[in-house]
Amino acid sequence: MIERIFRPMWAFIFRDFHLNRRYFSWVLVFTFYAVVNSATVALIGVATNDFKLLLNLILGVVLWSYLAAMFSEIAQSISYERWEGTLEYTFMAPVSRLVHLTGVSISATGYALMRVVLVVFGLMLLVPFHLGGANLGGIMVVMIVASVAFVGLGLMAAVLPVMSPEHGGPATSIFQGLMLLVSGIYYPVKVLPTWLQPFSMFSPATYALKACRKLLGVDALPKGASFSSQLHGASLRDVLPELGILLIMGCVLIPLGLFIFNRAEHWAKKTGKLKRTG
Amino acid sequence: MTFSNTNSPAIIVEDLKKVFRKRSGFMKSKVTEQWALKGISFTVKDRETYGVLGPNGSGKSTLIRVLSTLLIPDGGSVEILGHTLPKDERWIRQNIGRVSVDAAFYKKLSARENLLYAAQLYGIKPGVAQKRALEILGRLGLKLKRFNDPLEEMSRGMQQKISVARALLINPPLLLLDEPTTGLDPKSRRDVQTYLEEIRKEEGTTIVLTTHDMAEAERLCDRIAFIAHGRIVAEGTADELKLKADTENLEDAFIKITGEKFNDEKEEGEEE
Ligand SMILES: Nc1ncnc2c1ncn2[C@@H]1O[C@H](COP(=O)(O)OP(=O)(O)OP(=O)(O)O)[C@@H](O)[C@H]1O
Ligand SMILES: [Mg+2]
Repeated sequence: MIERIFRPMWAFIFRDFHLNRRYFSWVLVFTFYAVVNSATVALIGVATNDFKLLLNLILGVVLWSYLAAMFSEIAQSISYERWEGTLEYTFMAPVSRLVHLTGVSISATGYALMRVVLVVFGLMLLVPFHLGGANLGGIMVVMIVASVAFVGLGLMAAVLPVMSPEHGGPATSIFQGLMLLVSGIYYPVKVLPTWLQPFSMFSPATYALKACRKLLGVDALPKGASFSSQLHGASLRDVLPELGILLIMGCVLIPLGLFIFNRAEHWAKKTGKLKRTG
Repeated sequence: MTFSNTNSPAIIVEDLKKVFRKRSGFMKSKVTEQWALKGISFTVKDRETYGVLGPNGSGKSTLIRVLSTLLIPDGGSVEILGHTLPKDERWIRQNIGRVSVDAAFYKKLSARENLLYAAQLYGIKPGVAQKRALEILGRLGLKLKRFNDPLEEMSRGMQQKISVARALLINPPLLLLDEPTTGLDPKSRRDVQTYLEEIRKEEGTTIVLTTHDMAEAERLCDRIAFIAHGRIVAEGTADELKLKADTENLEDAFIKITGEKFNDEKEEGEEE
């Protein structure tokens, strides 16, 4: 049990930890950029003197920086292995894909968590706002449940670099961009072109945001609310529908992601797409 | 690692075929087929060192990849240590070590981190792995103080030695070595060869080795197969092959039998 499951799983966490350590300056740069980006977006809300807009923007940047970091860490973990040529060695190790990808997802989640904590600190430093009355515990619960669905999406995106070293990386970025577009991170989905709106249904971020807005109590605020307005966050019971959908998405997306990954691996081994040189 | 049937063959390959298809042209409608393996059969005995020699592009690496479960063949069967592919893939993976011609590592990580990562994938405790890694690297003649340096700071030959250590770390009953000494200086090459001889004696490891170095093949291999254009064109001990080709040395026999100009490793190394 330890030898076959936990130690290999730990191997991926061990590897990713040391890679992040060695690429620490990049980690710093990306985190710095995420903090600055979040603050600049949030400050639009301050400039318009609209507490409701400000909270919506903050929620959007925080949630997105967490989910996007997790998603891209998972997808890039495979891209990176292709780049280094180690993918063959990882694939010939006696490790099931479930164990492999769980290890990768755990470290991606850890990384994304660290990022989001720093983003929140940065926001508290740079942007004047309060969260009095919001259901912060509830928001945590939603983020945890949404993580599961995003891990599933990350697994699917990780398939692309298995299939093509050149096009896989760019394709995952496009996928991520589309999700940002349709999920209504900073705006209500209603403002999208009508033909685009139905796609928001398929993004877990849509439901995560919807739930978090209720828990934060922004929906109840009037437009142009003053910065001292008291929040009245909803209780978890009020967001059960969204939580349910997120849970179902997770339960579908993770096995589906694993299944697609296994198919892609099989295809790559059949067509010789795994190798780099030699 | 113990086996109940020590005397049955380590590898039985029958009529192994692998084709690579390339699509090109309008709407990718044109398909060109490249048969890398055109029906290869051979048997490697338990504890034997079996050499696979052939010109560039003859299918050696493809064969090694099929045996390492990295390519799914288009025909034929493979049995390794009494287990068949693809059914017993997991078992086979646990019991083979592979060295490829390019030392594929996380170049930013140190030798220690790369090796401990690899060992833990096979379920080996980090402490045990580290001790073993240091011992192997010491025997391969690598300065131990480099153990914590990022691999990108090491020469190709050093990286190749670490690649050998990675394969041996799990102490596999079967080693698949694809040009393990290409790019090593004569002393390092000898270090690796000596070490392979030693572990073969100590552990009874079965080895499949591809190389472009005829002296290496003669020194290490019990039997040698010449492969050309995806087929085995001759098989036997070095002496038998020389006798068969009626030549003085193995290199002449190789050129005569495989019917190709022999590309020496200098040319090979330039591809880096
Ligand atoms: N992944 C792949 N995709 C497409 N074609 C491939 C692939 N791998 C090998 N080939 C082709 O199969 C043939 C055999 O290649 P292979 O790498 O097995 O040769 P080799 O004997 O190892 O050569 P070398 O001595 O140069 O290492 C070559 O024609 C090569 O182009
Ligand atoms: Mg080769």
